[in-house]
Amino acid sequence: MTVNEDGATTAAPAELIQLLNPEGERIEHPDYPLDLDADAIRSMYRDLVLVRRIDTEAIALQRQGELGIWASLLGQEAAQIGSGRALGPADMAFPTYREHGVAWCRGIDPVTLLQLYRGVSHGGWNPEEFKFHLYTIVIGAQTLHATGYAMGIQRDGADEAAIVYFGDGASSQGDVNEAFIWASVFNAPLVFFLQNNQWAISEPLERQSRIPLYKRAQGFGFPGLRVDGNDVLACYAVTKKAMQAAREGQGPTLIEAYTYRMGAHTTTDDPTRYRLASDLEAWKLKDPIERVRAYLTRSGQAEADFFADVDAEADKVGSSIREACRTMADPPPLAIFDNVYTEPNRILEDEREQFAAYLDSFADGEVSR
Amino acid sequence: MTTLTLSKALNEGLRKSLENDPKVLIMGEDVGKLGGVFRVTDGLQKDFGEHRLVDTPLAESGIIGTAIGLALRGYRPVCEIQFDGFVFPAYDQIISQLAKMRYRSLGKLSLPITVRIPCGGGIGAVEHHSESPEVLFAHIAGLRVVACSNPSDAYTMIQQSIVCDDPVIFFEPKRRYWDKGEVDTTGGIANALPMNRARVTREGTDVTLITYGPLVRTALEAAEAAAGQHSIEVIDLRSISPLDVDAITTSVRKTGRCVIAHEASVYAGFGAEIAARITEQCFYHLEAPVLRVGGFATPYPPSRLEEHYLPDLDRILDAVDRTFGY
Repeated sequence: MTVNEDGATTAAPAELIQLLNPEGERIEHPDYPLDLDADAIRSMYRDLVLVRRIDTEAIALQRQGELGIWASLLGQEAAQIGSGRALGPADMAFPTYREHGVAWCRGIDPVTLLQLYRGVSHGGWNPEEFKFHLYTIVIGAQTLHATGYAMGIQRDGADEAAIVYFGDGASSQGDVNEAFIWASVFNAPLVFFLQNNQWAISEPLERQSRIPLYKRAQGFGFPGLRVDGNDVLACYAVTKKAMQAAREGQGPTLIEAYTYRMGAHTTTDDPTRYRLASDLEAWKLKDPIERVRAYLTRSGQAEADFFADVDAEADKVGSSIREACRTMADPPPLAIFDNVYTEPNRILEDEREQFAAYLDSFADGEVSR
Repeated sequence: MTTLTLSKALNEGLRKSLENDPKVLIMGEDVGKLGGVFRVTDGLQKDFGEHRLVDTPLAESGIIGTAIGLALRGYRPVCEIQFDGFVFPAYDQIISQLAKMRYRSLGKLSLPITVRIPCGGGIGAVEHHSESPEVLFAHIAGLRVVACSNPSDAYTMIQQSIVCDDPVIFFEPKRRYWDKGEVDTTGGIANALPMNRARVTREGTDVTLITYGPLVRTALEAAEAAAGQHSIEVIDLRSISPLDVDAITTSVRKTGRCVIAHEASVYAGFGAEIAARITEQCFYHLEAPVLRVGGFATPYPPSRLEEHYLPDLDRILDAVDRTFGY
């Protein structure tokens, strides 16, 4: 049997870049001096707490039938807030469907995300406005979009870079490997941000790779590194540096954020069927939020008031998105036909007309167009 | 007017598009120095540079996926898929991403990408080089699907596809690449027939023969051969999605008979869609059931058999004759 270099998913992996350990102690790293002051770290803590609260609220909304499904980010808050906060305002991010933390950093209203999971839209925000592309559900497909976008940045001569999010499961996809090749041979200004949360629904990392995922980059000809994905400071510093390298024409970097999906794959999943509760317990000790709280407390950079305020704000955000979700209107039936083509399409127009007439054939008010 | 081959007409149309819009890019395998395996992009890299004529890695999903990213950045990519049978690695990107992005974004994004695909058989090729997958794209909302059949249309339609803000799957009849025709390369495309409109290529009164792409020439030859016996009206659909239903129903209401021909398999082929619409809209005008001629419900055969697989003049006229048997 071939054993991964990683061994068990809870083992401390080698070459892990860490600036804040699970106990909340700062670790200096020669390549990643930290440029964050106390305000910035407190603000990151706030983001971590708020996105976890949004996530918790969304799970509850699904359980109560208000959402069709939800893909939880529980456990991955640091990877997402750290990398999300490292982006420049003009940098473009390409998410999967779980990047609620990055969405938060890019200014997307969480209610917009709920629309998608409620079945009111497939996305619908303007990616250029937020510099945050639409959620992509087909695994890995967005890595190619990000690569092409980065090739566009290159052609425009712009001082920008792109970042694309994907997971350990996606690393097996053809599109992801093609994206590695393209980004490499065209030297595209792109950061591949791989959140290795150890699980692709029920399949463990061992089913995707015999080597640590960050090492894949070497074969494609660009740097790969592994960061503690539960360390918001390290995720921030590593992403910031890789984005800067991309902007400076040094090409792509693969960042493997080593983390753990503490919840289910989605609300339809039942992880007790395929993984040990003890695994989860071990990862709980590496919680991405607790370590920041411990650090802020121990270093005297935050008092009890601050934490209470953040919790109160989280409560407020939670109840506000709950209310917005529960009062969200369904789109009218004829919206089905909108936005398929830019130009009028005769086949579609005919169907719209026929369906409208059909709806009108019902007694008054029975079905609203 | 200039006499051009269909391949050269496409080349001239692409050149015009590159000249007219600096955001137009051509990307694909061997499109640069080589000028494409059919030489459709011949000489373009020399004149427009490697940034606009991009020789890509050999990965079709990558071609479409990165084109989507470039389009999101404001570019207008024209992708060449080298052969029909090689489009399938890119099928997911085309179906799940290219076709659906506008819908997903509630109209905030559009992807003005043209995917050029040489299609059809008749060149004695090995497997995967002779297929007609148009219906696999016509079924997908969000895509426009067109097929040119002659040099003049090739010249205008490729330019219309490129300026179109919707993604267009552009089929090129590979066995007609060397057909010659008169092309007006002086004017723009403003006065050209819109891309979503069919053309009555030959007027007739007895039976409507509907086809597109490589079989248009065959259909015209069939109509000529039958001229003494039946007056055949030939319609070149040009656009498969959307379908110019009015052009079809106008003709069939006049003739009362209809034969549809395509190289793709008859079974669940595009002819089925046309026949169904004719039945719905021309029922009382029909003198005979709508008949279809096309490939068999088999994979594309080895090339020594393709003359039997491909609908030719005789098989088309056989179907025409049968419509008079009712």
